[in-house]
Parts: sequence; structure tokens; C-alpha cells
Amino acid sequence: MTLAAADGGEPLIRWDWIGDHTGQLADLTAHHLKLALLPILFGLVVAIPLGLLCARWRWLYPPTLGVANVLYGLPSLALFMLFIPYFGIGSGGRADFTIIVPLTLFSLSVLVPNVVDGLRSVPDPVRQAATAMGFGTLRRLIQVELPIAVPVVIAGARVAAVSSISLVSVGTLIGNGGLGQLFVDGYSRDFTTPIIVSCVLIIALALISDGVLVAAQRLLTPWARRGTR
Amino acid sequence: MNLADQIKDAWTWLTASAHWSGGDGIPHRLLEHLGYSALALVIAALIALPLGALVGHTGRGGFAVVTVANFARSIPTLGLLLLVVTVTSIGLTPVIIPLIALATPPILVNTYEGVRGVDPDIKDAARGMGMTGPGILLKAEVPVAMPLILLGLRTAAIQVVATATIAAYAGIGGLGRYIVDGLARKDYPSVVGGSVLVVLLAVIVQLAFVGIRRAVVSRGLRN
Amino acid sequence: MIQFDGVTKRYVDGTVAVDDLTLQIPTGQITVLVGPSGCGKTTTLRMINRLIEPTSGTITIDGEDVRAQDPARLRRGIGYVIQHAGLFPHRTIVDNIATVPYLLGWDKKKARTTALELMERVGLDTKMARRYPYQLSGGQQQRVGVARALAADPPVMLMDEPFSAVDPIVRKSLQDEFIRLQSELRKTIAFVTHDIDEAVKLGHTVAVFKVGGVLAQHSTPDELLAAPADDFVREFLGGEKGLKRLRFNRDLDRQDEPGVEAAER
Repeated sequence: MTLAAADGGEPLIRWDWIGDHTGQLADLTAHHLKLALLPILFGLVVAIPLGLLCARWRWLYPPTLGVANVLYGLPSLALFMLFIPYFGIGSGGRADFTIIVPLTLFSLSVLVPNVVDGLRSVPDPVRQAATAMGFGTLRRLIQVELPIAVPVVIAGARVAAVSSISLVSVGTLIGNGGLGQLFVDGYSRDFTTPIIVSCVLIIALALISDGVLVAAQRLLTPWARRGTR
Repeated sequence: MNLADQIKDAWTWLTASAHWSGGDGIPHRLLEHLGYSALALVIAALIALPLGALVGHTGRGGFAVVTVANFARSIPTLGLLLLVVTVTSIGLTPVIIPLIALATPPILVNTYEGVRGVDPDIKDAARGMGMTGPGILLKAEVPVAMPLILLGLRTAAIQVVATATIAAYAGIGGLGRYIVDGLARKDYPSVVGGSVLVVLLAVIVQLAFVGIRRAVVSRGLRN
Repeated sequence: MIQFDGVTKRYVDGTVAVDDLTLQIPTGQITVLVGPSGCGKTTTLRMINRLIEPTSGTITIDGEDVRAQDPARLRRGIGYVIQHAGLFPHRTIVDNIATVPYLLGWDKKKARTTALELMERVGLDTKMARRYPYQLSGGQQQRVGVARALAADPPVMLMDEPFSAVDPIVRKSLQDEFIRLQSELRKTIAFVTHDIDEAVKLGHTVAVFKVGGVLAQHSTPDELLAAPADDFVREFLGGEKGLKRLRFNRDLDRQDEPGVEAAER
């Protein structure tokens, strides 16, 4: 059962290995999802109020954007390292936050600008009409501007989720990378099957999450013109 | 160990003169890092800029472009690197391939969206003045889309610079050596110091793009 | 009645948008504010519901100073229609119309019933109630905008170029229906336009503004056409040629719709 022969006649994929490891694969997949998607959830919880604040007090936005840009340029591994002293190393329990907190910061670097852009995408006449009908600032932000920003926010969440799912695997270098564990496992044994399987699973997770978010947007924004986003 | 100590140790590490010369010195590693990053970025740009511009101009294949970009974004960089190393051997190829995969999506999508999003009236006026397809693309659409195209290049550049640390896993150096070696030796000042250098590089790339934007984007389009 | 008393709006950079304006907008009538761009007509309108605060002078509605009231509460009691409708893209038509009733805490069912009645009133098929704004034409969106302003039955309506963004044929039908609607509702309306034809057609009285926010003339359309107060007004009306055309159109309108004539005088 060989897919293709690599050097030395070793098959690129050994299907029987997959059959023997379904339990482990399922566990790693579940853990991977937890490590990747909790940051998106936390990121949204922080980014929405933060974006609203930046929309309300405009002077807040340039410094916030600056911080977001710097965060975006950090090597993920370095950021993981930074939190080892606080949450420890290894997989599961408290040590998971060594991965989750940095990935939350990364998601913020994508989500905050998107929340602000979304709020700014509200057409001026709509904002004016809301004010003129007697919406106060806060009520207008929450009932009018935020719902209109949803498509842009979800577009950001899609990018953040896909990168987050891919980035979790870097955590394997400090012993907690979900499916990424199999990269190092395969690499150290010169055995391609686990690397390919985990890569395929990670890509599949990313594409499925993306699909779920697209579906969520369709459901949440029936008012959006089809095809504009 | 608290944050202040981490910073202090990293500073000591960064300013130690021994770290500033020789094959494992900061200048040499920095050049390696920049070299791999630039090579990957240039190749990605050569693929993504023409493709994105063409698809945006013709309007055909947009869905495919976005799908491919999404797919490429989801590829785990480290996994691809270790896979290529395992299948071939250590060297430049296993580093450059994942970095290209990383850099292509933002350039491709932004170029496509930028060109596609050019006001139809501008295209219409260009055609009305007698411009043909390539003329419209190069003289009207690309300049108008330039802010978005540069944004895509910037995003790609920053991600590549931050991720080129993985070159250390393919045995070809770069600033990642300080992080990877430090990790193996539990030498945290080296890890933090190496990370600081990568961040500085990313910030410099950001600033460089501010300059490029000044030079390349028409003043009528800024802001 | 809306009363402006010596109202001036001066911006921090020194430009004067409205200069010592004294003007009455009578109850139950349409008062059109007209003039070239930069004449302060929109600023004048927006000071009524405190979207802009005057630098000096007072504005009262039925004797009550607008500045004595909470801005949000004041605005909920004043209908407001703008050029691009400004409908909420994320709400259905019926919910758009019911916006102010919801804000006022009406029962949801009552608000929706009112909204549906208003749809018919402004000439919209109630089948559209569940649609979203993007599914409507510009003219239909504008009707929704008018219905939304009427929803809480405010005595005062402010309209800022409400019919300017639609094509001439749709504009004419919107104007005609607006006249019909007003003959039933008798709201106190301040209506801003830059289109003198529209001003003469809709206004019980017309207030012509000059650049710099100076009121040049305030009179009935017939008086305006018969005796322009100065050269500026004469030129704004299009000189002798323009006046001739406007008078001619006015006679035509009268023959077309005798009901309007009765409503006006």
C-alpha cells in the first residue's frame, strides 16, 4: 500500500500506521482544536469592546494599531517562550495557556483592526439617521454600527482562525503543539507518514473552520448583499 | 523569572561583544535571515502579483484565487518544512518552499481584490480614451490598486521575516539559530535576544514599507 | 411653530454658516429652505434637532427651547428624512420603519402594525415588509425613509433633500404623493432643497438663503415669483427666463391638481 516511493524505497505514507493510531489522532485533533479556537473566542471577547472604544475615542486607534502590528510581527515561537515562566511547559492543564495566551494576542492583531474597519464601514447616512432618530452614542454603536460591522469582523475571524490552527503546531517545539507533535515525531524517526497525516488533518481543520464561519456569516447577516463579500 | 529579569538578561546577551562577530555572530545571522526572507518574498511576488492582477483584471477565476489562497494559508509552515527536510535533505529548498507558501496568499488576495475593486468608471474612462487591456491594467488599475497591493506585500514580508526562524531547523542558520539553540540548551537569554532581533527586523520592514508607500503610491491616493 | 430668533452658527475656524437668522416655520405647513450650496440651509435644519448646536440665538418649538431638552429624547419626537434614506441595512423594512417606536419602548406588535399601516400609506406593498433595504429600488427606499420618519407620529418633520438622489420621474411621483400625504397629516415640516422647482412646488412658504447663511427672502411661492426681493433672489430663480418658466409650471400644476391649490390657499 504505497502512495509513492521516497528515497530508499520507504513509502511516503504507510496506511497501516494510520489505522493503528486512530485513537491518538482523535485525541490530538481535539486538543489541537482547543488550543487553536479558544484564542479566537477570547480574541473576539477582547477585540469587540476594544474596537468599540477605538471607534468611540479615535485617538486610541493609532497606538492600538501600532501594538497590533508589532504583535503581528512576532515569531510565534518567541511569544510562546515568553509565557513559559507563567504557565509552564508541557501539554494539558495550565500549560495549555502557554500556547493559548500568545495565540489570543495574535488573533487580536487581526481582529481589532477588522472590528474598527467594520465599524468604519457603516455608511455615513446610516450613522446620521440613527443619531437624528434619537440613538445615543452607546446605543448606536451596539444596535446599529456593530451589527453592520459583522461581515468585516467575521472576515477577520476567518483569517485569524486559519492562522491560529496552523500556528498551534509550532507549539510542538516546546512540547505542546496538538497535531504538530507528530511533525517532530516523524522528523526524528525519518518517517514521513505522521508528518503528512498531521499536515492533512491541520489543513482539513482549517478549511472546515473556515466553512463554519462562512455559514455563520450567512446566518447572521441575511441582509448582506450576496457576492459582495 | 519575571519579565524584567528576562529583559535584562536578553539585553546582556544582545550587547555581549562575543555575539557580534564570526559565523555565529549577529551580523552574519541577520544577513542569512534577510537573504532567505527576501528570496522567498521575491519568488512569491513573482508568482502572486501577475496572477492576482490578471485575475482581478479579467474578473475570471476570482473564486479559485480566494480558495487557493485560503488553502495555502492553512498549510502548517513547520510541518511542510519538516516534511521537505525528511523527504529531501536539509538545505535551502525546505526553507524556501514553506516561506513561499506563506507569502503568496496575502500578496495574491490583495492584488486581486485591489485590481478588481478599482472603480468601474476609471476603467471605463481609460477604455474610452483609447487604452487597451494591458494599458488599462498597468496605467490605471495597478496604480489605483497600489495601496492594497503594498499592504499585501507588507503582510507577507512581516510574516516571512517572523517565520524565517524555521531556517534553523533546516540547518542553514538565520536568527532562528539563537532561538532553537537556546531552546535546546535552555539558554533563555539567547532565545529572548534572538526573538528581539526578529521583532526589530519586523518593525524595520514595517517602516521600510511606509517609505516605499511614499515613493510608489500617487499622492492623490494616499490617506 | 418652530421659531428661530437671532440664530448664528459660527465654526471654530471663523466661517459663518448661519448669520443672525430669524425665521418662523408655521405649524401644519411645509416651509422650504432653498439656496445654493454653502448657504447654511442644512445647518439651519440640523440645528432644530440639535445635530448641530447654534453659537448664539434661540430655537423654540411651540414655545419650548430645544436646548432645554435632552437631545436624544428631542430627536425621537422629530421625524427626519435624508437624501440617501440612511436605512439600516441589517434590519428588515418593517423593523426599519418601527425604529423610533422601538426606541420609545412601544410594544413590538403595536410598532409593527403601525409600520405596516405606514407602508401602505406611503405607497409601498406590504409584501416588502420582510425584505432588506438592498432589495429595494432607490425610490422605494426613500418611501421607507419617509414612513420611518412618520412612525411615531411626530408633529414636526425635518427633510434634507429627501428626493434629490432619485431620477426625475420617480422624484415627481414622490413629490406628488408627499403633497397628498401632507394634506392628510398636516405636519410641521422644514424641507431643505437646492432645487427651486421643488421648492416652489412643495412649499407653503419658501425661504431663500444666500451664501454665508443670510436669509434673502421668505414668502409664499406666488409672492416669490411675483416679486423677488433682490438681485440675488432674481438670479437664483433663473432671471426673467427662469421666472417665466417657474410661473408657467406653477399654472400647469394648478390645472393638474386643483386639490393642491385648495390645500395651499
